[in-house]
Amino acid sequence: MMPFTVAQVASEREAITSAGGGGRYIAGGTTLIDLMREEVERPSSLVDINRLSLRHIRLERNALVIGALARMAEVAAHPEVRRVHPLIAEALEEGASPQLRNMASIGGNLMQRVRCPYFRMLDAACNKRSPGSGCAAIEGVNGGHAILGTSESCAATHPSDLAVALVALDATMRVRGPQGERRFPIIDLYRLPEDKPHLEHTLRPAELILDVHVPVQPFAVSGRYLKVRDRSSYEFALVSAAAVLDVRNGVVRAARVACGGVGTRPWRMPAVEAALIGQRPTRANFETAAAHATQGARALSGNGYKIALLPRTITRALEMAGEKV
Amino acid sequence: MSTSVFGQSIPRVDGPLKVSGGARYAFEFNQSGQLYAVIVNATIGIGRIVSIEATGVEQMPGVRAVISHLNAPKLTYSPHKGVIDPAVGERLRVFQDEQIRFFGQPVAVIVADTLDQAEHAATALRLRYDAQAPLTEIDDPRAQPIVAQQTAAANARVAADRERGSADQAFADTDVKVDAIFRMARENHSPMEPHATVASWEGDSLTVWSKSQYVLNERAELAAIFGIPPENVLVICPFVGGAFGTSLRTWSHVGIAALAARVVGRPVKLALTRKQMFLDTGHRPRTDQRIAIAATNQGKLTAIIHEATAETSRYEEFIEGITNQTEFLYSCPNVRTRYRLVPTDTSTPTYMRAPGECTGMHALECGLDELAAALDLDPIELRRRNEPTVDESNGRPFSSRSLLQCLETGAERFGWSQRNPRPGSMRDGRWQIGWGVAGSTRGAPQAPADASVRLLPDGRVEVASATSDMGPGTYTSMAQVAAATLGVPVERIKFELGRSDMPTAPSHGGSWTMASVGNAVRSACLAAQDAAVRRAVEDPASIFHGLTADVLHWKDGTLGRKNGEGPRLDQVALLRGGMPIDVRTTASRSTDIANRYSMYGYAAFFTEVAVDADLGIVRIRRMLGVYGIGKVVNPRLARSQCIGGMVGGIGMALMERTVLDQRDGRPVNAHMADYLVPVNLDVPTLETQFLDEQDDAVNPLGIKGIGELCIIGVAPAIANAVYHATGKRVRELPIRIENLLGA
Repeated sequence: MMPFTVAQVASEREAITSAGGGGRYIAGGTTLIDLMREEVERPSSLVDINRLSLRHIRLERNALVIGALARMAEVAAHPEVRRVHPLIAEALEEGASPQLRNMASIGGNLMQRVRCPYFRMLDAACNKRSPGSGCAAIEGVNGGHAILGTSESCAATHPSDLAVALVALDATMRVRGPQGERRFPIIDLYRLPEDKPHLEHTLRPAELILDVHVPVQPFAVSGRYLKVRDRSSYEFALVSAAAVLDVRNGVVRAARVACGGVGTRPWRMPAVEAALIGQRPTRANFETAAAHATQGARALSGNGYKIALLPRTITRALEMAGEKV
Repeated sequence: MSTSVFGQSIPRVDGPLKVSGGARYAFEFNQSGQLYAVIVNATIGIGRIVSIEATGVEQMPGVRAVISHLNAPKLTYSPHKGVIDPAVGERLRVFQDEQIRFFGQPVAVIVADTLDQAEHAATALRLRYDAQAPLTEIDDPRAQPIVAQQTAAANARVAADRERGSADQAFADTDVKVDAIFRMARENHSPMEPHATVASWEGDSLTVWSKSQYVLNERAELAAIFGIPPENVLVICPFVGGAFGTSLRTWSHVGIAALAARVVGRPVKLALTRKQMFLDTGHRPRTDQRIAIAATNQGKLTAIIHEATAETSRYEEFIEGITNQTEFLYSCPNVRTRYRLVPTDTSTPTYMRAPGECTGMHALECGLDELAAALDLDPIELRRRNEPTVDESNGRPFSSRSLLQCLETGAERFGWSQRNPRPGSMRDGRWQIGWGVAGSTRGAPQAPADASVRLLPDGRVEVASATSDMGPGTYTSMAQVAAATLGVPVERIKFELGRSDMPTAPSHGGSWTMASVGNAVRSACLAAQDAAVRRAVEDPASIFHGLTADVLHWKDGTLGRKNGEGPRLDQVALLRGGMPIDVRTTASRSTDIANRYSMYGYAAFFTEVAVDADLGIVRIRRMLGVYGIGKVVNPRLARSQCIGGMVGGIGMALMERTVLDQRDGRPVNAHMADYLVPVNLDVPTLETQFLDEQDDAVNPLGIKGIGELCIIGVAPAIANAVYHATGKRVRELPIRIENLLGA
C-alpha cells in the first residue's frame, strides 16, 4: 500500500476544500481500501467524511431522500424505504454480504469501481486503470463482462445493484462542489467507456454526493429486483433486472425496467418499457417485450450466454412485479 | 465399553481456545525483532528474467533486503521426496536461476520493517522478462499427453493402463450402453487460513512456525533445502485453519521465509495473500474423462472403460488414482482403465480432499446413472444387480462392505420410493425438482505412526504425536482413545501435536490420521499400562511387589489382581508421587492383513435439487449421507466432517473453478469474491447417518477414515439430481447457469 494521509472533516465545506487539494473521499471504505491494498488506487490523501450529517433517510414531499452516508444495511431495513420503494430494499439486500452492507455507504456504493479482474491486476493491460495500455479482457477471460455499451477500449460492467434500481426509479442525485450545489438524474452520473474508460462518472473535481432523491409513485410498490447468479449470495450479477409495473384495469399503464450485469453502466430498457404499455401483463407479453432488451447487444468470446439470459431475467422480474400489482 | 468415552459425542476439547482466540495459528507467533517478507511473483507464463531493477527499491523506507536469483545464496537442495511430493521431477528451486516456469512463480522477496513497507516495495519492483507463449490447458491442440513414469508398470498403485477381460470388445458387443466425456475444472483448496511462516535462525538451527499438515516433512524439506541435519530444524504448528491438502507439501514460500530470515539475520514473517494462494500452493488438477459402460438388458454390467487425462506441471509428475475405484466398485468381467498426464506451463497440482477419487467417482457414478436411465431401471437397483462378492481387481475378500446397506438405508430415510423416475416430472411452482443418488468409496488406509504416553503421578496423562488437526478434531478424538484405553476421564488427558520433535506421525491427510495415530495412541497407552505393571511388581514398596505380571490386570483405570482379591490401585495410588511412566510405541498394519483383504469405507448420498429452468439456477434443497466407516470415535465430530464434505461437494458440483487466462496462465478469479464456494444460503439442512459397522480386520480400533469418503459422491448425486429435474445431462463441473440455459 502507498503511504497516505487521512483528514477527518467536520463540515461539507471543509470536506470540499480538502478534496480540492487532491484528497479522495472515503466513507465505508469497502471498495477503496481493497483497491489501495492492491495499489490499483493510489491516493496520497483521504478525506474521511463519516462525521458529516449525511446519514438521513426520510420522505420529503414526493420523494424518498437517502443521505450519501447512510449504510446499505440501514437503508434496506428502513420501514419507509421498504414501504414506498421495496425495489431499493431488495436491490440492497441482494448486494454484497451482510458485513459489507453494514459498512458500505450509499454514495460509495454508487461510486464503486468495476469488478473486471484485469482492472485489479497491476500487471495486466487495462485502459480504465492505465489509459492507453489496452484491454486484457476483450481477448481474454470475459464471461462476466458487458454486452451493452461496450467499446474497443472497455467492456467492464458496472457492479452496483442499487444503481440499477435507482436508474429504474428515475432517481436524482444532489451534489455539492466548489462551484455550489447541483442536482441531476443518476443515469447521468455514469459515462459510457467509449475511448476513455478511465473517465467513469460526471462528478466534477471535489464534488461531494449529498443525497439521492427517489420520486415516490404509488405503483412503485410493485417493484422487484431479480439478481441471477450461480451462488445464492455474495456474487455479482450475471444478469439482474429491476422491474416496476403500473397495471390498471388489466392493462400496463407504465413500466420501469433497468438491468445490471449486462451494461457498462446501469442499463435502462426504454424499448422494453414501451413494448409493455397497453399490453395485458401476461408472460407471453412480457417475453415479447423483453426480447427488445438485446437490441444492439454484442457478445465477447465468453459472455454470449448473457444474450440468452437477459430477456429471461427481465421476463421473470416482470412476472414478479406483476404478482404484486 | 458402554460407559467408555470412545464413541461419545463430547465437544471439542480445543473448542473454547478456538472461539476465544486463544488458539494460536502460524501467523500469530510473533518473534522479537521480526521483519516482514512479501513475495514478488512472475507476471509472465513462461520465459526468463532479463533484468531486475532493485536499486531504487532497496532505498525505499524500511526495506532491508531485496532477494532474487541475482543475489540469493546458492542453496543446497539435497534430494528429498516425502510421500506427499511427486516421485518424478524436481521441486521448484526458488531464486536459483532466471527461468520462469509458470505465471506467479516467486521471483523475488522483499524484507522490510513493516508489512506495508514490504508490500509497497514489492509493487514497486520492476522486472523485465523474455516471455514466450505458455501452454496452459489440457485440451489445447498442442498438448502432448504422456504416460507418467510411475504409472508405466501394470501393477503400479496408479496404473496408466490396466485391463481385465476385453472391455472394448464387450462394449462393442453390448446393446445398452453409455459413452460420455466429463470435463472437470481446476480447483483451489481455498481454506480460511492463508499459508504463513515465521522463520527464525539461531546459528545453523532453524525454527519455523508454519502452517502445515505434515510438520515432519516440512522439517525434512527445510533441512534438504539448506543442507543442514533435520535435527537442526524445528517445525511448530499447533493449529491449522482448514487446509484440504494444500498444506501437505512444503511449498516455495516456506523456504523463502527461511531464506529471508537467514539473509537479514532476523526472524521473518511471511504470509501469502489470497491471490498468491492460487499460484504455487497446489490445486486439484483440471481433468477430462471418458466413461463408457455397457450392460445386458437385465442390467448386468458387461464392460466399463474409464479413461482420464489430467494436467501436471512441466517440472513434476503429479499423479492421483482417478480410475482405481472403477476397477472394483461394481462386478464386471471386462474393465479397462487409462490414465495420462498433460504437462503444462503451470505450477504442480497437489492432493486436494479425495484426490483422484472424487474426480473419477464423479464420472463413474454419473455414468451409472445414465446407464440406469438407458435401462429404465432404478439406479439403486442397478447397483444391487452388480454388487460384487469379492474385489474383482485382485480377488481379495472385502474386510467389510456396506455400499448396498448405505444405499438401502438412505433410500428408506430419504423416501426414495416416492421418486417419479421420469426426468422433469416433479415440480414445485416454478421450480423443477430432481432427486439424485450416488455411491462413494474410499480406501481404509493405516500408515505406521508413533505416539508417546506419559503417566504422571498426579493422575494426568500426556500423549503426543507429530500429527496435525486441520479441523476434524484430532485433539479431541485422540484424547478419547487415550481415555478409553486407560479407563480414565478424558479431562485427565492432554494430547499434543504439531511439533516436528514429537513422535513420528504420517501426513495429516488421506483420511488416515485416526486409523494411524489413533492406533498408535492406543498401543502407547497399553504399553504404558504394561510398564506400570512391571514397575509395580518390581518395586519393593508396592503392594504388588513380587507378583508376576500375568496375575494382574487393568480395569477402569485401576490395577489389581485378576482373581479379584486385594485392593485395586489407580494411577495416583500406583505411582505414589514417584517418577512418571514414559513410553513410546509404533503401530502399523501388518503386511499379512494388508495383502489379505480389500479394505474400503462406503457411503451413499441422496439429494434433492430445485432447478429454475428459465434462468438455469440450481439450488440444493436437502441432502442425506449414509456412511459405513467402521467405528466412529466421536459422532459429533464425524458429523461435522461429513457436513464439511457435503459443502465441499456442493462447491465442486455447482461453483468451484479456477479460471486461467490461456495467454499467460494467469488465474483470473484468484479472489474469494470470484472463486465461488458455497455460502450459508447455498447449504440446506444436511443429514448424516453412520451405520453400526464392526470391521476387525482394518485395525484394532476398527477405524476406516472418513475425510475423503465424505466428499466423494456428493457432486455426482447433485449432477444426477439436476438431470432428474431437467432431463439434461451436464457433463461438466461445475454445473453453472451458463450450462443449464435452455434446459
